[in-house]
Amino acid sequence: MRTVVGLVLLAALAVAGCSVPQQGPAGPPSIVIGAGQEPDNLNPILGYAPDGAAKVFDGLVDRDAGLRLTPRLAERLPEATADGLTWTAKLRQGVKFSDGTPLSAQDVVFTYKSVLDPKVNSTIASRYDALAEVSAPDDSTVVFRLKYPYAPFGQFLTLGIVPRKAFDGQDINSAPFNTAPIGTGPYTVDQWRKGDRMVLKANEGHWDKAPAIKTVTFVYVTDDNARATRMASGEFDATVLPPRLAGTYTGKAGYKLVRNPSADYRGLGIPSALPFTSDPRVRVAINTGINRQAMIDTVLAGAGKPAATPISPYLTEWYDPAAKFDFDAGKAGALLDEAGWRLGSDGKRAKDGRPARLPILYPAEDSLRKDLALAVGSDLAKLGIDAPVEATTFELMLQRQKETAAVWGGGDPYDPDSAAYTLLHSRYSGQPGYVNMTLYNNSQVDAALDTARRNLDPGVRKQAYRDFQQAYMADPAWAFLVFLDHTYVMRDKWNGIEEQVEPHDHGTVHAVWWNIEHWSPK
Amino acid sequence: MSGTGVTSGIGKLVLRRLLFAVPVLLVVSFGLFVLAKASPFNPVERYFGVRIIGADPERVAQIRENWGVDKPVVEQYTAWLGHAVTGDFGDSLSLQQPVAQVIGDRLGWSMLLLAVSFGLALLLGLALGTLAAWRQGGWLDRAITSGSYVLEAAPVFWLGLGALFIFAQQLQWLPGGGLTDADQALDLGQLVRHLVLPAAVLAISQAPWFALFVRQNLLESLTQDYVTGARARGLPDRTVVLRHALRTSLLPFITLLGARLPELISGALLVETVFSWPGIAKATVDAALNVDFALLGGLTLLATAAVLLGNLIADVLYALADPRVGFDG
Repeated sequence: MRTVVGLVLLAALAVAGCSVPQQGPAGPPSIVIGAGQEPDNLNPILGYAPDGAAKVFDGLVDRDAGLRLTPRLAERLPEATADGLTWTAKLRQGVKFSDGTPLSAQDVVFTYKSVLDPKVNSTIASRYDALAEVSAPDDSTVVFRLKYPYAPFGQFLTLGIVPRKAFDGQDINSAPFNTAPIGTGPYTVDQWRKGDRMVLKANEGHWDKAPAIKTVTFVYVTDDNARATRMASGEFDATVLPPRLAGTYTGKAGYKLVRNPSADYRGLGIPSALPFTSDPRVRVAINTGINRQAMIDTVLAGAGKPAATPISPYLTEWYDPAAKFDFDAGKAGALLDEAGWRLGSDGKRAKDGRPARLPILYPAEDSLRKDLALAVGSDLAKLGIDAPVEATTFELMLQRQKETAAVWGGGDPYDPDSAAYTLLHSRYSGQPGYVNMTLYNNSQVDAALDTARRNLDPGVRKQAYRDFQQAYMADPAWAFLVFLDHTYVMRDKWNGIEEQVEPHDHGTVHAVWWNIEHWSPK
Repeated sequence: MSGTGVTSGIGKLVLRRLLFAVPVLLVVSFGLFVLAKASPFNPVERYFGVRIIGADPERVAQIRENWGVDKPVVEQYTAWLGHAVTGDFGDSLSLQQPVAQVIGDRLGWSMLLLAVSFGLALLLGLALGTLAAWRQGGWLDRAITSGSYVLEAAPVFWLGLGALFIFAQQLQWLPGGGLTDADQALDLGQLVRHLVLPAAVLAISQAPWFALFVRQNLLESLTQDYVTGARARGLPDRTVVLRHALRTSLLPFITLLGARLPELISGALLVETVFSWPGIAKATVDAALNVDFALLGGLTLLATAAVLLGNLIADVLYALADPRVGFDG
């Protein structure tokens, strides 16, 4: 008898427990997002969301789905004088911060000046290297003066504007504002329990229009598997998952699988200073001998596009369709022969008794880079190159930049200058830090990058980036491998989702929910 | 020993331990600075994160200077110590918040998790260990012992992910992590529901050690003369095991509780990560990876103090439980 009662109880419990928790009575629309990365702070000056989509903040400008700049706090797109040295922005009238203070040009000046302040530990200061001075001739006009003509400058006016009053007598580096910010954006921060979740509430007084989704909750779960489990248990409305985990939702009713293109590359930096790889033919051979499509099919479950240069094929405005390396192991072998690295009887290549050797490093904690490094290593081994794969840290990858190749990642889709200039211009060769890690030096590439940077004419810029891609393809400093697609799983209950090419960084800010203020429930 | 004797004995023990704690804390915190200095991680690069790729070298150098990371380790340490003795633990460089606030926000949640799991682990360990010893060689004993060895060997995060899969995803009995459901306010009911899985996983990962220990000691006690004597006097089995044997076998157990604390804390780090529990675990990992001196210093002092305190409590309990031990340790 007791057993029977027990079994009945157990069954009842199981039935009660298994029923998916139903949505309660229809309150104001809200969404719960499982995010992988938590921001360190919410202060644009220190580096939060400098490329717009900042939720809590507005920049002078923002971007639409096609990445075209649109005016935001500026009345219209800021314009440069003919010499490209002065940019002027007129502010929109009647904008207020969420605490009620009106926005003034002084707030814009404060924001940009603080970024440049050497005492402020801003991670985005180098973007504003060209900026000499920012001033406010009146309450609704901001004037930026540059040290040299810098065409991409307009792209960097997406930085969120903070109220200067909030920092009175505060050290910006550790101000309470950093976790409890005040902005003009479509949302305000209601609560941020670090390590767990952040709750955003609609800013009903937003100058544009109040968002339809009234509460956005970001739940931070670093572990991919834990996030997948909690998505499956119905806790999240949307989450970011690696392609293979996301793939399990293909065709599942009520769910939507979103795959967004990106300019987020993974690539192998090849040292120009190493005797083996100093010959451009060897570097072209490496690029030709790598089977990128196989990597995408196996490692990325199809979610990616082959890369050849730091310019993503999704950026149709800049990308040269001829800039691609087709996989051809035979051609790669012939190039290596031509460069004097010939196959020995042991199946390994050598020249004048020196073996063809290229160690490949990757950061130990990153399993995707590990898989890519192993795939490259095996492709190179097939060409007869000794390519041992080693796990290490970023710091050691940098220290050994002269004698080893390493798997790096980065990239943003806004302007080719930010992805290419510091990475490939010879000005940065041999400088400390993560700039031109391969010690690359090509005068044609330098000239094209300089022209594209200093010229405001879109036609001239476009041609310069075509020239850059051509010069680079003949003498590649890297073997760029793939541009990753970012994959998301969502419950299919929202309107307004628009695809935007994403940057490397896609946590709270740039992800499928980049324009969440324009979403509405289905 | 009289009541006042016991009190003054405890007082002296505490005082002696406090004096001893000062050099220990100094040595540990200095050792930490030296280790952090020798670590291959570069704090400024970690601070930049993905933005380090392509960042202007001059800007990076400027922040290095602002932070003073290139100063000699002794100079950095004395500066930190000077502030620390006044209660100012500085600002966390990686989280852009005062260290006291970083720890204050998280410590309570970690303590709650630790206390509940520890209590649960103790109860489980005692009960299972006693049962196993009592029925030595029987199927219950064999099940408990082999189960304990398996759990001992299983990594905590593995248990955590398994529990998540079964109870949160398949059965959907319990929430998968966090303090509250995503759209709920924090209240007792929510907290309890969310505490069950992480606390149970941590307790189950710790309990086998206690169970095996209790079983071993109890088995030893059961062969002692006084137990045989008690049995000979015809006392019921239950009384013999629980009142005579278990009592004496618990003595070494008490001292080892303190020693077990570091293990528990490191288990908690993994559990907090799997269940997104907003405790100090993530802050600790971040602090270490980012070579965040101020935060590392604060957290290390805290952990060291916790272990010292655990040992002190264990010693006091031990002396109280067995008057022969006294308080001169």
